[in-house]
Amino acid sequence: MEDKTLKQVSVFVENKPGRLAAVTEKLYEKGINIRAFTIAEAGDFGIIRMVVDKTDEAYEILRNAGFTVTLTRVLGVEVEDEPGGLYRIARALGDANINIEYVYAFTSGGDKALIILRVNDLDKAVELLEKEGMLFRGRID
Amino acid sequence: MYWDPRAEKMPQKDLQEIQERKLRAIIHHAYEYSPFYRKKFREIRLNPWDITGVRDLPKLPFTKKQDLRDNYPFGIFAVPISQIVRFHASSGTTGKPTVVGYTANDVEVWVESLCRSLVACGVSREDVMQISYGYGLFTGGLGFHYAAERVGATVLPTSAGNTQRQIELMKDLNTTVIACTPSYMLYLSEYAAKIGTDIAEDTKLRRGILGAEPWSEETRRRIEGKTGITAYDVYGTSELSGPLFTECTEKHGLHIWADHFLIEIIDPETGEQVGEGEKGELVVTTLSKEAMPLIRWRTGDITIMESEKCACGRTHPRIMRILGRADDMIIVRGVNVFPSQIEHVLMQIPEVGEHYMIILERAEDGLDKMTVQVELSEKAFTDKVADMLELEKRIAEQLKAVLNVTAKVEIVNPGTLQRFEGKAKRVIDKRKI
Ligand SMILES: [Zn+2]
Repeated sequence: MEDKTLKQVSVFVENKPGRLAAVTEKLYEKGINIRAFTIAEAGDFGIIRMVVDKTDEAYEILRNAGFTVTLTRVLGVEVEDEPGGLYRIARALGDANINIEYVYAFTSGGDKALIILRVNDLDKAVELLEKEGMLFRGRID
Repeated sequence: MYWDPRAEKMPQKDLQEIQERKLRAIIHHAYEYSPFYRKKFREIRLNPWDITGVRDLPKLPFTKKQDLRDNYPFGIFAVPISQIVRFHASSGTTGKPTVVGYTANDVEVWVESLCRSLVACGVSREDVMQISYGYGLFTGGLGFHYAAERVGATVLPTSAGNTQRQIELMKDLNTTVIACTPSYMLYLSEYAAKIGTDIAEDTKLRRGILGAEPWSEETRRRIEGKTGITAYDVYGTSELSGPLFTECTEKHGLHIWADHFLIEIIDPETGEQVGEGEKGELVVTTLSKEAMPLIRWRTGDITIMESEKCACGRTHPRIMRILGRADDMIIVRGVNVFPSQIEHVLMQIPEVGEHYMIILERAEDGLDKMTVQVELSEKAFTDKVADMLELEKRIAEQLKAVLNVTAKVEIVNPGTLQRFEGKAKRVIDKRKI
């Protein structure tokens, strides 16, 4: 089956100066492009979530550098860059009883905004968003 | 298997007789020849003839670590230096150092005691024994060295440190038994894994004799699970000679050789003896030591005594695993906390590793703040903050339930907390007293 999801790299970082820089520096050194990035902070630690162009390579690099890393399946969604774009998705998912666990923006040029979504029922969400024609089908590069 | 079956299986009645006789003798020896004990007895107007046997023990004063410091170097010695064949010494981290001396007979009793223990946990002349305790002024290395040689095992005296080399030698020379601290055993197995060596598969190591710091049953299970070895607890302090007592293969308490050591368990607050099976501080009177006899030595170690005959056939009493150090006890908001209790809780939580640090601070409101740092296990990491917070909360709740005091839990990256090759120093106290 063709994979309609994106792989997100999640990294555990202690809330200490320089930790965030250490993660991005490691990837930069190896020529990996970060296409979407967010950090969720919680007091003494944070979790970096990112979508990169070379996921498996990034995973290995960070693991070997001693970071705690995991790969997570997430959705990429294309939204018209106009009012109500995100609302349409949220409502469609909500109506289908799918919870959005977190959402963050994809840094990209062009007239469409790209959004990364983590939901509780991935398969159902893929099916729904595909039907609505909102699923991102492009390549990350 | 026994090393000295006549002594090890001696009827308890005969052991008691030996204790009665040797206690009276050691009291007279100490009074006659040790300037420290003579002064101490005179101060409390105690005549050595007042001590008629074991039942008079409570009349005798305790001997404490501070007494050794105050009488450094030779104030306690009961023989001339010409009769001393060896010194060991501990560095004074909090003040003066302490020194212990041994006559030839003291070394003999030490080695024989440890020989009995090594055989009780299954060591034989077929074994190759790697001694990764420090050699030198510390008693661990040399103590094991002489006993292992006398048992007939092949000794590999690696001493502490240089873990890479330890693992290479372990593989090349077919080590079957290792003697080291439990934290070093964990470090060694982690290090081995990192360089692609599986202790269970790639070495012949089958036994570990681990001690010199308090550890828990959970740590034992982890070590055994990771490495495939059987881990035995060992106890002994330099003041008593060095490593002396281990578990037998029953793994239910450490046999204390009663013909050489008389033990009591006391309440550390009141000094009163506690009943059989009750937790308290281990107090030891040496019955055979010549150079430095110790009367009612306060070990500072918290344990439980069991005097019933063991299933292994040995009649000598046992002490259970050390639950904590009276010195290590930390007082947080007026509550007594042993780091070993924290370790005990953490070991039951699979999402975190074996290593931890305890940080004590005084908050702005003047109250003590305790932070426990633990290493997240890679498998337990998820991309959801809520999961991680939930884990911290669950650990904090379990700590609170055991310690009766609130601790803040911080999860950190695996491999980032300090590793200890000798005694672990897991408490950082930043409080200004
Ligand atoms: Zn036994």
